[in-house]
Amino acid sequence: MNTFRRIGDRIRSTFGPDSEAVSKPQTDTPDPAAAQGDPAGTPDPPARGHDASRDRTEPPANHGTRGAEGFVGYAGEPLDGNIPDGDPLTAWARRKLEYKLISPLNRRKFKVIVVGTGLAGAGCAAALGELGYNVVSYTFHDAARRAHSVAAQGGINSARARKVDNDSLERFVKDTVKGGDFRAREADCFRLGEESVRVIDHMDAIGAPFAREYGGELRTRSFGGVQVSRTYYTRGQTGQQLQVAASRSLQRQVGLGTVDLRTHREVLDLIVDDGRARGVVVRDLYSGEIEAETAHAVVLCTGGYGNVYFRSTLAHNSNVTAAWRAHRRGAYFASPSYIQFHPTALPVSSHWQSKTTLMSESLRNDGRIWVPKKSGDERPANQIPEDERDYYLERKYPSYGNLSPRDISSRAAREEIEAGRGVGPLRNSVYLDFRDAIGRLGRKTIEERYGNLFEMYFDATGEDPYTEPMRIAPGAHFAMGGLWSDYDMMTSIDGLFVGGEAGWGYHGANRLGANSLLSACVDGWFTLPYSIPDFLAGHLGEAPLSLDHPAVQETMAEVRERTERLLSIGGTRGADHFHRELGEILYSGCGVARTEAGLKDALERIRELRGQFWSDLRVPGTGRQLNQELERAGRIADYLEMAELMCLDALDRQESCGAHFREESQTADGEALRDDDGWCFVSAWEHTPGRDVHPGKPVRHVEPLDFRAVPLQTRNYA
Amino acid sequence: MKLTIEVWRQENAEAEGRFVTYRVDDAAPEMSLPELLDRLNDQLVSAGEEPIAFDTDCREGICGTCGITVDDVPHGKVPNTPTCRQHLRSYDDGDHLKLEPFRSASFPVIRDLMVDRSALDRVIASGGYVSVDAGTAPDADTRQIPFQVAEAGLDFSACIGCGACVAACPNGASHLFSGALLSHLTALPQGRPERARRARGVVSTTEEEFGPCSVYGECVEVCPAGIPISAISAVNREAARAAVRRRRDD
Repeated sequence: MNTFRRIGDRIRSTFGPDSEAVSKPQTDTPDPAAAQGDPAGTPDPPARGHDASRDRTEPPANHGTRGAEGFVGYAGEPLDGNIPDGDPLTAWARRKLEYKLISPLNRRKFKVIVVGTGLAGAGCAAALGELGYNVVSYTFHDAARRAHSVAAQGGINSARARKVDNDSLERFVKDTVKGGDFRAREADCFRLGEESVRVIDHMDAIGAPFAREYGGELRTRSFGGVQVSRTYYTRGQTGQQLQVAASRSLQRQVGLGTVDLRTHREVLDLIVDDGRARGVVVRDLYSGEIEAETAHAVVLCTGGYGNVYFRSTLAHNSNVTAAWRAHRRGAYFASPSYIQFHPTALPVSSHWQSKTTLMSESLRNDGRIWVPKKSGDERPANQIPEDERDYYLERKYPSYGNLSPRDISSRAAREEIEAGRGVGPLRNSVYLDFRDAIGRLGRKTIEERYGNLFEMYFDATGEDPYTEPMRIAPGAHFAMGGLWSDYDMMTSIDGLFVGGEAGWGYHGANRLGANSLLSACVDGWFTLPYSIPDFLAGHLGEAPLSLDHPAVQETMAEVRERTERLLSIGGTRGADHFHRELGEILYSGCGVARTEAGLKDALERIRELRGQFWSDLRVPGTGRQLNQELERAGRIADYLEMAELMCLDALDRQESCGAHFREESQTADGEALRDDDGWCFVSAWEHTPGRDVHPGKPVRHVEPLDFRAVPLQTRNYA
Repeated sequence: MKLTIEVWRQENAEAEGRFVTYRVDDAAPEMSLPELLDRLNDQLVSAGEEPIAFDTDCREGICGTCGITVDDVPHGKVPNTPTCRQHLRSYDDGDHLKLEPFRSASFPVIRDLMVDRSALDRVIASGGYVSVDAGTAPDADTRQIPFQVAEAGLDFSACIGCGACVAACPNGASHLFSGALLSHLTALPQGRPERARRARGVVSTTEEEFGPCSVYGECVEVCPAGIPISAISAVNREAARAAVRRRRDD
């Protein structure tokens, strides 16, 4: 039985209240295979040509395909992404004209909470501050500038199209949509491309020293998945430079008094009253104090959740808690299973290794990836003769070879490792060998090209990549999924907005390199500052909830209670034990490739682990002090719930698309097989209350995806 | 490898701190310092004791969160390398390590190895930015910046703001940090219109919050971002220049 309910008027049928199809169930058959056809007796699904007044292509009919019957619930009506009608190329301009404004004198009467100070959060808070709103900005870091955007290396894409390499906004959108394997919202990608132009100008103006040509103009380079040169960069530290610039702009607003920046505070819950986001409950990580803050709107720019895998390329403290707590309060979670695995991460070499540091993809330009042909070959790499090596990427994908896209390379590596041909002490990696390149180009050239990376590798592993091959392995990296939001970046909770990696929308099922810095910057500086005032305009004259309002007090009490509960379990194991185990379950069950059996097994093990967590966790100390074990425990408790939703989403989606590879859905030669008839939609999951420590069956909502400028096509890299 | 680790334990800012000695018997050369602390904390939590609080985040040397003084050297044995990229392969079986927080009067201890480095952010807030609102910037290609100028700006903006320079300085000066901030924005044309104004703000906050610079150069020995020593001269140079400009901002 579906537990679908209306969260607000904004979520309404795509097809309008007067469409006769609305009240009818979607193809409602328990057998997913049968849903591919048009079951006899079922009226035509609400598809093509029903409403002649709309000139958009209607989505494919079977947007209700179900793959996890029994495990989840399914809502009847599709979600409305609130996308402007008509030509997507001009949609953003038209939407901006529709937005209501707030006069400069009234802006100070509004308070907005922005959670997170990465590129999206710092940008949004600073921009709203510049406009004259009162902003309260939260970060769990000791300084705004430390947010994880700082670690991005490669660059930031922009559709400035200055060169004569035939780039354009349309081409940017095409690359992004196609790279995302047609599971992104096309209209959002147009906005991303359009605003990408100003992003470069702005970041340059606030002090990011972009690489320049000798003539003084901005320099660009190429990145995977595109054939033009549109990536702007600052050496290998683009994220750092953008983050430093953005956080300084934030500090400027702090000095001007528009932004109240509250560091070392972690958001632990969202205050929702009457279906609307009213504020947040935070814990001061230094004192342990639980505090509440209320406002007219709340923005979550809290980053991705790749850390759920324990070992990932993410920072130690990156977590899903704020987004997950919002999800539990009614915000839908879109495509949680879409996680990008980066093929050139460092392998796990020891139990205590805490992350899989990223090595730049550029290494694959000159390095050759191989494994021994014989499984379990114990010989050192250099003693394995040429004819006993399998350069599997070159063999399987002769035209792209070692430069095959991230998802394909990661999958191929996993196959070799699973077949027992992995290398290294734990047999969990593949070789990335520079022997031939050094032989051909000389050590000096390789040193010039990759010197700093080789140094970093040596630093991390103690092995010299000039004399023995590097070892690499796929590592959990970027979350394409996130809180569902409409075109205006508002989630399914009124007044709750989302930006950056915490959201979804642009990257579909696979993100292109250098698009993540871009999406964070665009959301923060050039989208949210337009769409938030449109929401605020309807609330002029209202005051934020007072702190003694029951909704505030109840939420605070729940946070205190949960904190106390974590502290009082009195078990034997620290939080990291559970996190490590969860990571192992996810890497094997919901990793680079997924199967029905593997996902079901993972689901069972996650439930079991969650049970153990709540009975055997040990958190020393109290809640009234700085307590890092308590911080970790809270985050891992949320990951233990999140992980289940990831697996359910992956189980439900019986197609392969981008980074989501279901072994059941592949072509004869082992390539991902997308199913546009059945699955051309985004799944947005609604939380339902469960029993005891376990969440209830989530309910899937569907937003049909509509591709107008970029026709659906198969990605082909062979 | 077996290691003996002496760690500074301090309950909170007001409490008295002390060194406590621990042993880790299964340390491995590939472990980083934060991973050694993870291991040790696991031992402590298993024994029902409170783990050692320490700052850590990206663990790849770019966020500047980590900062531990190892055997009296901020960040540790390997020069110009942040704590998270210091590995135990620099040590031998049976070695003894002394871990304590970054030591500076400007960085009060919060707990154990964690210190409050917000003084650095107050320096930034006092003028270390460019006053341009979102959307008002000119086309970045109309502002031609020579290759070397952009590179020079980047040499200084590479600072990760960890505060090791302050901890290494016998005077507790932040001139390497503050100077990098000024040098970055002085190098680039974007920062010029408010150059003097910025210098006044940044330099006065630097002097309020931190000690004076005696050009010992200890800071550059530890700086993980390799900020050039010329940064420290920028503080006095920009202050003097701003004084000459009298009331002008640029």
